[in-house]
Amino acid sequence: MIYVENKDLVIPGEVLAEDDFYSGRGTFKEDGKICSSLIGLVSLRNKKINVIPLKSKYVPKKGDVVIGKINDVRFSMWGVDINSPYEGIIPASEVFGRDKKTLNKVFDVGDVLFLRVVDVDEVKKAKLGLKGRGMGKFKGGIIVEIAPTKVPRLIGKKGSMINMIKDKTGCKIVVGQNGLVWIRGDSEMERITRDIISVIEQEAHTSGLTDRIREKLYLDITGEIPNEFDDIDDDYVESPTFDFEDFENNPKVDDEPITEPLPNEGFKRNKRSNKRFNNNKKFHKKSRSPRKYELEKPQLQNFKDELEQEELEAKRNEDFMDNIDNIEKEKNNVKKPFETGKNKSGFSIFRDD
Amino acid sequence: MIFISEERKIREDGRKYNELRPIKIEAGVLERADGSAYVEVGGNKIFACVYGPKETYKRRLLRPDKGVISVRYSMAPFSVDSRKKPGPDRRSNEISKITEDALRPALLLEGFPRSMVEVYIEVISAEGGTRCAGVTAAAVALADAGIPMKDIPAGCAAGKMNDEVVLDLSEIEDKNGQADVPLVIMPRTGEITLLQADGNLSQEEFEEAINLAIDGCMQVSELQKEALKARYVLE
Repeated sequence: MIYVENKDLVIPGEVLAEDDFYSGRGTFKEDGKICSSLIGLVSLRNKKINVIPLKSKYVPKKGDVVIGKINDVRFSMWGVDINSPYEGIIPASEVFGRDKKTLNKVFDVGDVLFLRVVDVDEVKKAKLGLKGRGMGKFKGGIIVEIAPTKVPRLIGKKGSMINMIKDKTGCKIVVGQNGLVWIRGDSEMERITRDIISVIEQEAHTSGLTDRIREKLYLDITGEIPNEFDDIDDDYVESPTFDFEDFENNPKVDDEPITEPLPNEGFKRNKRSNKRFNNNKKFHKKSRSPRKYELEKPQLQNFKDELEQEELEAKRNEDFMDNIDNIEKEKNNVKKPFETGKNKSGFSIFRDD
Repeated sequence: MIFISEERKIREDGRKYNELRPIKIEAGVLERADGSAYVEVGGNKIFACVYGPKETYKRRLLRPDKGVISVRYSMAPFSVDSRKKPGPDRRSNEISKITEDALRPALLLEGFPRSMVEVYIEVISAEGGTRCAGVTAAAVALADAGIPMKDIPAGCAAGKMNDEVVLDLSEIEDKNGQADVPLVIMPRTGEITLLQADGNLSQEEFEEAINLAIDGCMQVSELQKEALKARYVLE
């Protein structure tokens, strides 16, 4: 029994389904009923039900790229605010080799940096690093905040949304997975970009957003919508509807000068490579640190694999049953002469036993 | 010709014995809070704001296995007839604590260890039954903040007035009445997370009051759900 459809808006405590379904992210199971624990949109996949939250806080995860602000300089590390309930640190060894220099000459309180989460410890303190292309200090520009769950929506399918905004405004945009966005460009364009991003944040759960944003961009920049624009940007029409895959695959930041794929293990897990190595999905999921905010661990990490396994098992069972039949038939064939003997004398030898 | 209604006595403000005051609930009213709600129940006007989950600054509250909730209920000096001295007092400390206890069973904060969720309930105008309206508002604000919850608690009071058990006491009824039973439930399972009783009630009356209050909570709960969904419906 299922009570909701894909992309329905649900609120905490709403019953989504009964029996036969698996509870995924954002849901919990009680008395055989699957209920939502968040305000969000339903994502149905096979028989697994997820709820994609509309609002959330960032919980650091190994391999993420984030934007952080230095808020503390200590003896051998920097304290970083990463827009999360948990604190981030950059050990001095990430920046200098072995020799320590004066830390505040490199980064000072108030500096905004682009960083990678190297490790997350038991108390969820995030160890941050600067290794990777484009990592480092931002100069100038503005920071805009959005909900971390809406980051994939801002980037769009294969970066369609963010590239469109970049093309039209000419701004440099860097998106951190903790929901901070850095924008630099002409001050007027910075303002337009900021407004556009706030519109995306407000309407992230609606469909046809890319088209609306394109119209708004034209209106803001040139003041009119060109008549022929239907023909121009065929590339962007790609994601007119809300795409849950983006959430699932957790795309990394999307900025050309910064995020060209690196020969870095952590970085391989971006959306594109995920699609390319679709078969290795399970491997990728395992290599990621477990999602701590999952309330009830989904019973099946990968539904398809499980199905296949079940099928295999069923087949094996069938084979087994066939075998048993065969064995019994054989047994019967063998036993027959003895059985007749048994009936006569009341005593028999079973060679099989 | 005048027909005399055979229904039960009508109350001072013209309500039936089982009628709630007009309720208005709005979610997401404040810009800077992570989640917020505004609730009007009759003459009560209440804001609830939620911040977090965030770093615990009250170290003694920190729990290594899950997040904690901290509630502050406060009344504005101008919320009542004679000026209320601002700041926490005995009554608001009590309401802060019971609100915390009423909301805690609904929260699923295992995903945010060592963090804290802060809830602020601000009473702008009071007219009886602020604790229930406060819990109602706080629950909507928590859901709006995207905090994982088992259910959205809803609160409503019942009481006794002129030897009659009635629902949702107003300020006058509260002061002149014989009893007041505030109740908070989790509507999906019907679990009671807050139950207080003040005054004199016989056992039958007490049971009647609880049943009446549960009906009231269910009505409030429907309005909460509508308010939450209305926040994300685009015109």
